[in-house]
Amino acid sequence: MKVEVAKKVLNENDRLADELRRRFETHGTLCLNLISSPGAGKTTLLERTLETLDRETRVAVLTGDIQTDNDAARLARFGFPVKQITTGGTCHLDARMIEKALADWRPNELDLLFIENVGNLVCPAGYDLGEAAKIVILSVAEGEEKPLKYPSIFSRARLMVLNKTDLLPYVPFDMERARQNARKVQPGISILEVSCTTGDGLAAWQQWLAAQHPRVRFGVAV
Amino acid sequence: MHELGIATSVADTVRGEMRRHPGARPVRVGLRIGEWAGVNPDALQFSFEVLARGTDLGQVTLEIESLPIRNRCAACDAEFRVVDYQTVCPACGAANTRTVSGHEMEIAFVELEEA
Repeated sequence: MKVEVAKKVLNENDRLADELRRRFETHGTLCLNLISSPGAGKTTLLERTLETLDRETRVAVLTGDIQTDNDAARLARFGFPVKQITTGGTCHLDARMIEKALADWRPNELDLLFIENVGNLVCPAGYDLGEAAKIVILSVAEGEEKPLKYPSIFSRARLMVLNKTDLLPYVPFDMERARQNARKVQPGISILEVSCTTGDGLAAWQQWLAAQHPRVRFGVAV
Repeated sequence: MHELGIATSVADTVRGEMRRHPGARPVRVGLRIGEWAGVNPDALQFSFEVLARGTDLGQVTLEIESLPIRNRCAACDAEFRVVDYQTVCPACGAANTRTVSGHEMEIAFVELEEA
């Protein structure tokens, strides 16, 4: 007897993610899911972002790691609500973890929610967190072939941020090839080049964010 | 990396079907996994074997159907297989094409034997 199931493996996660997405839309919260390999600069990009955000913009950060709350401590310095999700071994965040972490925040008081995923280019790609968009961060120290090696995440991201451009004189990274590779797996992907160290390109990142939501504004020019 | 979690989800589904069909013994599960789903079929097989060994799922085999990336053209509606990341429409040459298949991670069927 063959029983047709035709059900997504991550059915339960997807159902919860849809629920979260509806909640974010109802409350006018822009939720962005930041994904990269470990060390590409997710936390630093968030630091640069939080330090220049207008104090009127109501932003919060959920940051995922397998262990430690270092990232939350780094991000909490800017006075916005930050919560660490310690997965204790799990290689990605899932919708249930987001729902739990949001439980004691009032969602209708948030304009912008950043989710900093666990550093990993594979597993986070498959788990919808209810975000409006996935953003993939690739540092130039990692090599321009990454979009072809990890097409799953690059094909689902709305934006690719090429970080650490200040290292370009010291690493063999072909910027044009990186762009071509990302567009091969996803012709419509937006691409920004930034250096969180020197501040180069951060103005364009701010503009991109501001264009996604009318209440996202920046106070200090980079 | 997360194949064990996926295997667990598959096991939950099979046990759900066992509850719906009391006395029947599960023998086969069909999965549909897209090429870009980020799931390694061998690791998934291995995870499921480890999970099922010595349990009521010990006799269940996984049948994994791998689904290639397919895009559809926004201009002429042609659907085609994407090989070597070539996403330009082979029928009309348009660049604006959208992925319609290749991200799947689905349980297609569960096969049970009557006792």
